[in-house]
Amino acid sequence: MSSNQASFKTHKGSVIPLDLANVDTDQIIPKQFLKSIKKTGFGDNLFDAWRYEDEGEIGKPVSSRIPRKDFVLNDDRYTNGSILLARRNFACGSSREHAVWALLQYGIRAVIAPSFADIFFNNCFNNGLLPISLSEEEVESLFELATGDKPLQLEVNLVTKTISVPGGQTWTFEVDEKRQYQLIHGLDEIGLTLELADKIKQFEERHLQQNPWL
Amino acid sequence: MPQTLYDKIWNNHLVGTRSDGLSVLYIDRHLLHEVTSPQAFEGLKNNRRSIWRLDANLATPDHAIPTVGRSLGLDGIDDPIAKEQVITLQENCADFKVNLIDLLDERQGIVHVIGPEQGATLPGTTIVCGDSHTSTHGAFGALAHGIGTSEVEHVLATQCLVQEKSGNMRIHCFGSLSHGLAPKDVILAIIAQIGTAGATGYTVEYTGQAIEEMSMEGRMTVCNMSIEAGARAGLVSPDIVTYAYLEDRPMAPKGDMWDQALSSWEKLRTDEDAHFDKEVDIDVEALSPQVSWGTNPELVSAVDSAIPNPDSFETEAQRETGWRALQYMDLEPDRPIETIPIDRVFIGSCTNARIEDMRAAARVVQGRRVSSALKGAYVVPGSGLVKLHAESEGLDTIFKEAGFEWRDPGCSMCLAMNNDRLYPGERCASTSNRNFEGRQGHLGRTHLMSPQSAAASAITGYITDVRGIL
Ligand code: SF4
Repeated sequence: MSSNQASFKTHKGSVIPLDLANVDTDQIIPKQFLKSIKKTGFGDNLFDAWRYEDEGEIGKPVSSRIPRKDFVLNDDRYTNGSILLARRNFACGSSREHAVWALLQYGIRAVIAPSFADIFFNNCFNNGLLPISLSEEEVESLFELATGDKPLQLEVNLVTKTISVPGGQTWTFEVDEKRQYQLIHGLDEIGLTLELADKIKQFEERHLQQNPWL
Repeated sequence: MPQTLYDKIWNNHLVGTRSDGLSVLYIDRHLLHEVTSPQAFEGLKNNRRSIWRLDANLATPDHAIPTVGRSLGLDGIDDPIAKEQVITLQENCADFKVNLIDLLDERQGIVHVIGPEQGATLPGTTIVCGDSHTSTHGAFGALAHGIGTSEVEHVLATQCLVQEKSGNMRIHCFGSLSHGLAPKDVILAIIAQIGTAGATGYTVEYTGQAIEEMSMEGRMTVCNMSIEAGARAGLVSPDIVTYAYLEDRPMAPKGDMWDQALSSWEKLRTDEDAHFDKEVDIDVEALSPQVSWGTNPELVSAVDSAIPNPDSFETEAQRETGWRALQYMDLEPDRPIETIPIDRVFIGSCTNARIEDMRAAARVVQGRRVSSALKGAYVVPGSGLVKLHAESEGLDTIFKEAGFEWRDPGCSMCLAMNNDRLYPGERCASTSNRNFEGRQGHLGRTHLMSPQSAAASAITGYITDVRGIL
């Protein structure tokens, strides 16, 4: 089995607390950046409209931008963060996978929230970004820990399905076993499906016989 | 065991299980556009993979193209990056021999308008597209999912989607729509009731008198916004309305094949006693036109009411979201919705840019003038064929005489990737589907509503109860 896809086993990093519910993918990466035909270069424009005062455009250098002081990514405590913490229904809206690419390219490796929108959730697994659902209460307690003077350091372990503060509290999370396997091994999704190529062919033949108008 | 419509379509397309345990679902139709496909084609090329089944794919540019100067083709696209995207789609379709309905083709339009229009969308099929509003096609009793770009590549290469089955949910719409009300009002009311995550993890089947009485255009409007309630897909059981719409469409079956298809489609019904994991009822009989006042599609109120006070919301998160939305929208609690002035009107998008939407708006506009307070009022038909159809009925003249701009088809101000947009602080009466911050332009403010309501608002310059005008 080739494994050409990004994988995720464990990650240590600090938390960026984005205290908002229903964060939509239009905010994660605004539409003007979707004109790119590439898969890279989105990190500087993650949360563009919240992050900068001026309107962003493709190719506008970061050095010329005016950061919004009150936005969490511009807070000195969180500039090196790699674990995003947010409220319910994270990444709802548009299916744009650019949202996942932007998060990863900014340096985010895991997102913790009480719930995620479906399409984004799938897109994460196809790119090696780990979405972690915890209960509202657990997320609340993480927000409390993450908004102190010092950034909250966490260790995320997909193998043991735990999040822990080094030398401190531990939370466990649920993840579908198959998804867990897929992410740990960074399996080539298309290759995995193509293992079934004969089966797909047989199915297709029968299906088109039964529904010849297709 | 009794099955739902979703169960039946799922079972009819289940190929098997992969070695990692995930289900593999066969895909009948795949729609492509310029924004979410380039990286997928690139992936195919890099891995030297080919397309599994060419004739399952249909492509068109719609998201980033301008809605003026269409006859100039590529030369009409000023934005070099958008132009590159359209050219890339042309090149990819040529390289892989994918059927492309190109810029200058009169059939070009928003993917979710042209799929049904061409008869590519058929009952009982599975349909995917790299766009979340693929749920639109569920109006035909097709299982239609929006997918990401990795999945676009996956479907191109394997003709399959890797999926886990979702739950079954039913939304039953009692009663009939009264005069001035539209399917858009129904779906906005549903989202207001169940919330933006109210259907997350479910495929929703819409049932009830109000749905049965809707045209295909109306059902598409309802299914289109299923995603705004978080649903994996929306579905309506096919019936004579569906068949009448599809008969004689270019890609629909003909002759004996049509009869054969019909008898198969007749079985696409949820069995009596089938189990739904979640059920919601909504009475549409007494519904007022619905308008969004916030920055997500559950922040919606009746046009003849006032903006609620977020302090009255149930949870702390909802209260915070509500207050933040009011701040962004520059509105305050208890303000009557009808006192909100608007700067622009947008009638278009895959939610409301079909012929019936054009007619409904034109009926309101006929013989009236767009308010002089407006900075712009656009009507953007969903496809070239919708445009021609509307013109053959003289609707373009009605709009133009009233002061609307009659534009070329595309997504336009629904997501403002081209020059059709709001400027900072501007407020729009819009028939699109998302009122997120900046969706229609940086710092722009969106009020979602039906075509009738948007037309009425264009006339007065304020958000308006269309029932007072009709
Ligand atoms: S009209 Fe809007 S919602 Fe529909 S496909 Fe285009 S951008 Fe997406």
